[in-house]
Amino acid sequence: MDIELKMIRNTLIIRLKGEFDMLQAEKIRRQIDDKLQEEQVHNLIFNLEKVSFVDSSGLGVIIGRYKKMKEKDGSMYIVGAQPVVEKILSLSGINKLVPLFKNEQQITKI
Amino acid sequence: MGIKNFVHFEFQSLPENVSFARACVGAFASQLDCTLDDIEEIKLVVSEAVSNSIIHGYDNKPNQKIELTVTIHEDHSLEMIIKDYGKGIEDVEKAMEATYSSDPSRMGLGFTFMKSFTDEMDILSKPGDGTSVRLKRSFLKEHDALS
Ligand SMILES: Nc1ncnc2c1ncn2[C@@H]1O[C@H](COP(=O)(O)OP(=O)(O)OP(=O)(O)O)[C@@H](O)[C@H]1O
Ligand SMILES: [Mg+2]
Repeated sequence: MDIELKMIRNTLIIRLKGEFDMLQAEKIRRQIDDKLQEEQVHNLIFNLEKVSFVDSSGLGVIIGRYKKMKEKDGSMYIVGAQPVVEKILSLSGINKLVPLFKNEQQITKI
Repeated sequence: MGIKNFVHFEFQSLPENVSFARACVGAFASQLDCTLDDIEEIKLVVSEAVSNSIIHGYDNKPNQKIELTVTIHEDHSLEMIIKDYGKGIEDVEKAMEATYSSDPSRMGLGFTFMKSFTDEMDILSKPGDGTSVRLKRSFLKEHDALS
């Protein structure tokens, strides 16, 4: 799985590509948390456009980061979830806590 | 009801093998008359059960064994059995509860997903001996049922 982390002012964009399962979860979590330590992040965007699969291990990383952002009064958004991925997000209930958008442009508009 | 086809394989308890296991089952399940969405859901279910064996059953020990048996029945159902010889589950009822996890950093969603995407789920587990999860899903189409 590929990960690209991009800071734009105080927004951290995380672009993931591939299958987000237990093999990837720990590595991805560590990279995101390091970045959250280093930088002043007020908004976190998970771009899942290129994620073809997610299970509870991947979901755990996403929901865990939501909790972290909430603790420090930050915001989180999820972008571009494919139907297979969106189904899992809905079942977990995270879609009620985190707004889902089609693409990154949609968020920068608001 | 007879068996149409089955596969049985075993593999080491390595995180790399989770994607291998779900891809294999996905490919095998495509012999059934089912949609790509169905296959995706089957892959998720396998991923959850195999991940649980590695993470909980074997506490991430890499040199243990997981067995997987997948059967296509004559009645167009797919049956999967995922078996480990790990530490087992003390309280299966509790383990199956949505959002219950013995690990505070996890969500406790695995069994909920397995249940949501199958028609039958049985868990056989004995502390110290291991866990076997049986999942079954029917792909019988309406026109099959009528004919
Ligand atoms: N194969 C297994 N061996 C031993 N214990 C298991 C096994 N499978 C599940 N469990 C127990 O059942 C609990 C619930 O499993 P479930 O998959 O629902 O949640 P989880 O794995 O803890 O979290 P998540 O699946 O969201 O990452 C686990 O926390 C664990 O205690
Ligand atoms: Mg689990």
